[in-house]
Amino acid sequence: MSEPKNYTLLVVTENNIGLLNHISIVFTRRKQNILSLTASESKIKGIYTFTIVVKAVKDLVTKIARQIEKIIGVHKVFVYTDEEIVYQEIALYKMSRNFKNNGFNLEKIIREQHARILSIEEDYILIEKTGHKDETEELLRILEPHGLLQFIRSGRVAIAKPMKPLEEHLQELDNQYNY
Amino acid sequence: MEVQTLLKTSKHTAVKLSGAEAVIKTLINEGVEKIFGYPGGAIMPIYDAIYDYLDVVTHYLPRHEQGAIHAAEAYAKISGKTGVVFATSGPGATNLITGLANAMVDSTPLVCITGQVSSQLLGYDAFQETDVVGVSMPVTKWNYQVTSADEIMEVISKAFYIASTGRPGPVLIDITKDAQMSKTDYLYQKVSRVAAYYPYPKIEDEQVKKAAILINQAQRPLILAGQGVKLSRAEELLVKLSEKANIPVAATLWGLTAFPSSHSNYVGMLGMHGNYAPNILTNEADLIIAIGMRFDDRVTGKTSEYAKSAKIIHIEIDKSEIDKIIRTDVAVVGDAREVLSKLIPLVENKQHEHWLEQFKELRKTECDQVIREAINPQTPGLKMAEIIHRISEKTKGEAVVIADVGQHQMMTARYFKFKYHNHFITSGGLGTMGFGLPASFGASVASPDKPVVLFVGDGGFQMTIQELATIANNRANVKIVVLNNNFLGMVRQWQQLFNQKRYSFTTMQNPDFTKIAGAYGLKANKLLKRENIDEILNEMFANDEPYFLEVEIEKEENVFPMVPPNESVSNMLLKADY
Ligand SMILES: Cc1ncc(C[n+]2csc(CCOP(=O)(O)OP(=O)(O)O)c2C)c(N)n1
Repeated sequence: MSEPKNYTLLVVTENNIGLLNHISIVFTRRKQNILSLTASESKIKGIYTFTIVVKAVKDLVTKIARQIEKIIGVHKVFVYTDEEIVYQEIALYKMSRNFKNNGFNLEKIIREQHARILSIEEDYILIEKTGHKDETEELLRILEPHGLLQFIRSGRVAIAKPMKPLEEHLQELDNQYNY
Repeated sequence: MEVQTLLKTSKHTAVKLSGAEAVIKTLINEGVEKIFGYPGGAIMPIYDAIYDYLDVVTHYLPRHEQGAIHAAEAYAKISGKTGVVFATSGPGATNLITGLANAMVDSTPLVCITGQVSSQLLGYDAFQETDVVGVSMPVTKWNYQVTSADEIMEVISKAFYIASTGRPGPVLIDITKDAQMSKTDYLYQKVSRVAAYYPYPKIEDEQVKKAAILINQAQRPLILAGQGVKLSRAEELLVKLSEKANIPVAATLWGLTAFPSSHSNYVGMLGMHGNYAPNILTNEADLIIAIGMRFDDRVTGKTSEYAKSAKIIHIEIDKSEIDKIIRTDVAVVGDAREVLSKLIPLVENKQHEHWLEQFKELRKTECDQVIREAINPQTPGLKMAEIIHRISEKTKGEAVVIADVGQHQMMTARYFKFKYHNHFITSGGLGTMGFGLPASFGASVASPDKPVVLFVGDGGFQMTIQELATIANNRANVKIVVLNNNFLGMVRQWQQLFNQKRYSFTTMQNPDFTKIAGAYGLKANKLLKRENIDEILNEMFANDEPYFLEVEIEKEENVFPMVPPNESVSNMLLKADY
């Protein structure tokens, strides 16, 4: 039996009401927690992609993927390991403007961390950083003791390394079935 | 074309129709003739609309929505059409859930139409508002809420397409009251394609070739036939395959009648209470050819010890079933009939006499140790198997048979000799007690020319007993046989075998069932003694009227053989070692 690890599911769907509910039922039935979930329209109008991260053994993830594919409105589910995709998450940090200044150089940190300032307001500064979880986590650890007011991180978005475009996948799918 | 003629002959010449009337017209365009339903506030416009179409469609009123849906399930199975159910919002709709779950797991095509509160009340906890789409999502193949009359034609046609294609299943369409009442232009077009729904996989010839190679190499192949064989109407091809390569065929509960039980290659039923030979020899086979079945745990027993010396070929239309429970060596995804027609020419003529002989020997063991005594008991008390056997002999396979859930169900599956496709209906995957009585009514609607025989326990009978009224009102030719052991027999059997006879809440104090049936207007009788069997069965089948028979059977009879729960199929017991 393989060890549980992170898998990213790219679920290609129609824009149907209730799909999210239906997809999440597949996970809850097997008592699996979704680590992160993002949905957006793809480059093809009307076709959406859910990016779902789950930590589980491969066999289970494969079965989950097949059950999701069975849902009417789902075209295809791609399952990837972290190595097979480029992925990013975006994190926002809200810092109090009167942070404790003893040796703390915010500008330098932002530069070193490849973060950027989104806006500077009267009483707070909004910082953004994009990266993997461990990277946004690192900045969180640095800012935390110096007056961090709020922190939020998005779900993962991912792009698969293999080159085939989505249209081609959909065309292939079409060829695999009769109507 | 069809639309045109319908519009012309319509009593309402206007093309603008109410949503409710559009529902009825679309159903008629989809070929619906029978509807099972129960009215209520939120579906009243539809009930008002159907009133004008009763010369084209027949509506049956069971006494509970669960009764309606189980009747529709049996109707669908026997007629091969999609069953149609109406229910109102809230409690009407939630009463359908058991039936939806049952139809989902047994792959039965249904279109259920539920009324819903008006769209402006949605989400406000209005009177009889339930989130039916949310509640039914895990137990439907597809569901959808209609909030505008303009959607009705396409959505209902889509519902029929989805319910009946690929692996069939139940669909629920929830229609708000305002959508039923507002006007729409009636424009019907049959849906024959749905985005992101792929019901018919093209068969990969490579996989068929690989399967043929395994079959040609096999010394001890065994075919497991499931319901998929029947759903794709592949029965004749299955006989061809079995005869050409001389392969024994075993059937799942829902696969019964997929292969003629009189055929010399038929080796019996699989599963916990199936036949001895196919269970024991599953673990001797070197090749399992599973066709249109899903390796239910009641079939496999302990999966880690299932068919260990065999390679597995799995022919299945639902891709998500592949490798779900048993790892396959060759998977052929596709419709069973299509796959078999491609496979048979690649399969060589073979003889497996010695292998088939092994089945015959074990069959004999089962006969000697179980079957002979079961159908011809030497003890005074009446036994389930003997009643079932006698009715089987009496009807010669010409009756449609329904079994509820429990010991009598397994006995029916074991001892009734089925002759025709789709002449046995039961609740398989869900094991829904209470399925039987309403199902027997639905079966009779689908098959008015044949008697329907229902075998039901005293427990399950009381779960949907109100449907006696439906059977009586419609004078349905249903012969109800209650095998009364005053126990929840199947549970009691487990308590006896695995809980040291601690009979916790499995005894039943029952009323006089014949009085109840009589009060509903059914001819009713009680069978107490063996010498009266013939006479009573003659009376039962003397005419086409419904008949109620209560049989007082031995209280603590057990179903054997049995694969104990979570044990390997090869550990099947012929009797208990009390
Ligand atoms: C709705 C429902 N509730 C409970 C069960 C669990 N169950 C399975 S068999 C059985 C006993 C059935 O008793 P009866 O109807 O008298 O039939 P018998 O087994 O005695 O033939 C029970 C309670 C079930 N299958 N369905």
